[in-house]
Amino acid sequence: MEILVCVKRVPQVGGKIVVTGDGQDVDTRMSGFAMSPHEECAVEEAVQITERLGGTASVLTLGPPEAAEQLRDALALGAGRAVLLETDGREWGPIATADAIVAEARRRAGAGPGYDLLLLGNEAADTGDYQVGVRVAHALGWPCATGIKGIEITDGTVRARREYRGAEETFEFGLPAVITVKEGINLPRYPSLPGRLRAKRAVIEEYQPQWRPDGLRKEALRVPETERKQATVLGTGVDAVPALLALLDELGVLP
Amino acid sequence: MTVLCLVELDGTGAADASLRALTFARSLAGSGGGLEAVVFGEATALTGGAGQGGAPAEAPAAETLAAYGVTGLYVVEPGRVAGYAPAAWARVLAGLIGLTGADAVLAAGTDRGSEVMAHLGALTGLPMAANCVSATLSGPATWQIVRQRWAGLLLEDALLEASPALATVATDTVAPTAAATSAGLTIHAHQPELEDGDLAVLATESAAQSGGVSLANARVVVGGGRGVGGPEGFAPLEELAGLLGGVVGVSRVVTSEGWRPHKQQVGQTGTKITPELYLACGISGAIQHIAGCASAKHIVAVNSDAGAPILGHAEYAVIGDLHEVIPALVAAIKARGGSA
Repeated sequence: MEILVCVKRVPQVGGKIVVTGDGQDVDTRMSGFAMSPHEECAVEEAVQITERLGGTASVLTLGPPEAAEQLRDALALGAGRAVLLETDGREWGPIATADAIVAEARRRAGAGPGYDLLLLGNEAADTGDYQVGVRVAHALGWPCATGIKGIEITDGTVRARREYRGAEETFEFGLPAVITVKEGINLPRYPSLPGRLRAKRAVIEEYQPQWRPDGLRKEALRVPETERKQATVLGTGVDAVPALLALLDELGVLP
Repeated sequence: MTVLCLVELDGTGAADASLRALTFARSLAGSGGGLEAVVFGEATALTGGAGQGGAPAEAPAAETLAAYGVTGLYVVEPGRVAGYAPAAWARVLAGLIGLTGADAVLAAGTDRGSEVMAHLGALTGLPMAANCVSATLSGPATWQIVRQRWAGLLLEDALLEASPALATVATDTVAPTAAATSAGLTIHAHQPELEDGDLAVLATESAAQSGGVSLANARVVVGGGRGVGGPEGFAPLEELAGLLGGVVGVSRVVTSEGWRPHKQQVGQTGTKITPELYLACGISGAIQHIAGCASAKHIVAVNSDAGAPILGHAEYAVIGDLHEVIPALVAAIKARGGSA
């Protein structure tokens, strides 16, 4: 089972998000970077699948040279191989990103056994475009399921589950395929010490894909204006219950 | 201009997120414009022709859509496309672009809406702007849009240069509002042409929860965070949610600790909620959580820490231990019910 997990390096935001002076980026001077959360689960899922069925979990990112850090994080969690599609730090749209991933999938297929499964996060934490995986699947002519929170693979057939209106829906299709996953599909492990050491020494394959415009051009980012209010304190402890009950009554939510 | 909007069903009625998308679509179409909708389901159920025994007296979807200004409704019956198949649904939209001459195609930014629009983007080679909160035509095939990033913690001003424009509409921003006057609705039984492979990925559904209260559509959500202390601490929250006809939602730490299933998570990596009341108990208020609950109409926090960030987002707060406050509230509601 050859799996490629596509991850994205995103700013790690804590108490609040600050935009840079030119309005083009999130200010990361006071924060670090991390793998986008759904994708951390995608790495874990790929490692679990290859532990069960054999094969390799490869990890790919498209980003600046510093994104090698997130590839090494994935290697420490058990991925066996890493590919960096190096950019000059410009933001890539979903169409250009999908093209670069498709080029890697074709390159791999040309060099030997290609990928059987591509795993991505359902959406990146920062841009939230919800479409890279689907575009990759169409270009490769592979089936695709998104928002998946459970994967079973038997004899080349995938059963993928996701939530739907409080219940669940299931998709069944053959490999090769593209699946985008959501947090909750598993609980990612912590990296082991041997894993960290292996990740540190690993050689990362590098390619330089060509950027192209996407038809959706960012002008500026801004923090939405919300009236920053401070809550009116109804009271302390159980003494506040009558006031709380009266409030719920006023809001019309009591039975 | 003509705007085409995918409408999802919740039971036999139009889903709340789709009504928000239709409100957005109507303002984009403008006066004198055409608002066309496509829905996948039984035509008779949409028009109220087939009564369901004991079903709530809900306005049939077609009536609601007319009230929202839809002039043309394309119905794709299960005989044509049996169930949810994202690529097939996108193929239907692609065909309707030609048939209606749509200048823009929209869907709600739900799991299905986002997925179908992504397929439509891939099929047509067009860009797709996800989670828009506004859009205006600013030039030939050029749209000035505002869309959410970081699940709404940031807004992006952007130019979308494409025809037709493809976009999803944020599920928590535009309020669902009917048109001033109902449109004369024409229903078309649409018979789409599919291609090989469009049905390769087809959902099998569990109907068990149909029509039930879910996190996304609940009127009351009782939230629990780290302050709940462990899996056994949720019983009073569940009881309160039950009394108020709502559901329990939780913060990310609760699901990553394995105290509650991930499907109850409110936040950027969970569900975005739009209830009348969000009662946040023992939740500190990380911004990823706020991204999921900021569209609640009223937020009330119960927290032992008067300095918790959640108090900067809540309208009201009770400073105290949720393990005392919530059971006392439950008792008070029951006592009130008994005396009424």
